[in-house]
Amino acid sequence: MTEATFTIDQFYKYLAQGKLMAGKCMHCGKIHLPPRPLCDRCFHQEFSWLEIAGKGKLVTYTIIHVAPEQFQAMAPYAVGIVQLENGLKLPGMIASTTQLRIGMELTIDFTTCTASQPWPQWPRYCFKPL
Amino acid sequence: MDGKPLVSIVSAGLSKFGKHEGIYARELFAEAVKEAFDRCPRLEPKRDIKAMFIGHMGEAYEHQGHTGAATADWAGLLNIPATRTEAACASSGAALRSGIYAVLSGLADVVMVGGVEKMTHRTTAEVTEYLAMASDYPFEQWHGITFPGLYALMATAHMHKYGTTEAQMAEVAVKNHHHGTLNPKAHMQKDITLETALASRPVATPLKLYDCSLITDGASCLILTTPELAKRFTNQPVHITGTGQASDTIGLYERESLTSLQAAKLAAKTAYKMAAVTPKDIDVAEVHDCFTIAEIIAYEDLDFCQTGKGGKLLETGETRLDGRLPVNTSGGLKAKGHPVGATGTAQAYEIYLQMTEQADRRQVKNAKIGLTHNVGGSGATATVHIYRRDQS
Repeated sequence: MTEATFTIDQFYKYLAQGKLMAGKCMHCGKIHLPPRPLCDRCFHQEFSWLEIAGKGKLVTYTIIHVAPEQFQAMAPYAVGIVQLENGLKLPGMIASTTQLRIGMELTIDFTTCTASQPWPQWPRYCFKPL
Repeated sequence: MDGKPLVSIVSAGLSKFGKHEGIYARELFAEAVKEAFDRCPRLEPKRDIKAMFIGHMGEAYEHQGHTGAATADWAGLLNIPATRTEAACASSGAALRSGIYAVLSGLADVVMVGGVEKMTHRTTAEVTEYLAMASDYPFEQWHGITFPGLYALMATAHMHKYGTTEAQMAEVAVKNHHHGTLNPKAHMQKDITLETALASRPVATPLKLYDCSLITDGASCLILTTPELAKRFTNQPVHITGTGQASDTIGLYERESLTSLQAAKLAAKTAYKMAAVTPKDIDVAEVHDCFTIAEIIAYEDLDFCQTGKGGKLLETGETRLDGRLPVNTSGGLKAKGHPVGATGTAQAYEIYLQMTEQADRRQVKNAKIGLTHNVGGSGATATVHIYRRDQS
């Protein structure tokens, strides 16, 4: 086992350091994004960290007009699902609401927000058109 | 696994769907219960009903969890075992499934299953937040992705891959609103035009207001028993011949396909096989149209048409009340309304009416085999049930 546990919390701790990290099962090789403590393919618990490049292609998107209370000030805003390397996908906000199209290239932007609540103290990332 | 009845529905009840001011969820549930009891005079509730499963999604709406015991009490059914099932918008589909487990196990020969949700006293922003709790928190909710947002992501992908159009989605709304005009218990009983639907304000593009189901208060229940005992309670039982339930990743982003729901496909496959029927045998169906795109995807996942052809099937008119396979004769979640915890057994209620010729102005002539398709969240849970009219 390595020093850091393979949890969502640890994923976000790395994210705050500007790193997009996945867990790779040392037994079967499956890559988990987000990392998880039990491999769902082979049930082993030994993993290594694998840094994932933050560049990818937009798979789908939407512009959200009706938002939950905490996001209302930002609406309308775009969110999408981005295809990264190794077949991994990650959802997130997209920094622009115009000229979005499926297949366009995006890159992750590590924007750290200051935690204003006891839990969770996770940073937020977003995707920017390349 | 050869089409024999698994369990039989001997009664069913549904509250009026809509806005119920000053009513608490368990009080609303009592309205559905009363109808089910009145419909079945040979049932002695306190003597006969041995267990209860109730679908209820959110504690947040009324600051009230532990809904199993509370609703059993208000139904007059203390001290039976009463358990809440939670699977987001498939909560009462899961309650129905749990009731089937209970009857088939022999532990309880008569069971009440149902669901309830009281939503309209909350603001749209609050409801948006509570509904989103059915999606992944760390990667979806945390990044501002709403529940309509998730279906919008599917809609964008479906349009891109198969050429599905916003007009086809709007036609789902037009159809289901028309069906709603024929259902006195529907939340909205008003026809809408394609133009109105297309011109409505955006919620999460390409989904507009009229692509979204309604925020509604409502409750529903069914009384289940063994096929052998059913005739003791009613001359008109409706048999459940197939049940399927499956799960999938909580996060939409983790799935291989963004244009179909694997859990729904798996649940359908299991249910069809158990009931020994094919999609062509279905006479009437209630599908989970939480958003218009969801009905189009449901056609494909249930094999009512080929993958990618859901929009085209809608255009043929075959799924209208006067078509070959009427879908959502109740008005669906779109017009009847979507009190999330109540929806699964409310769908079963509509099929119960259809199978017993009690659907009045929206009766599908000669409907013998029915289907319900209930989806939780963005598809992490799905239940499919198949029903058959009694032929003895």
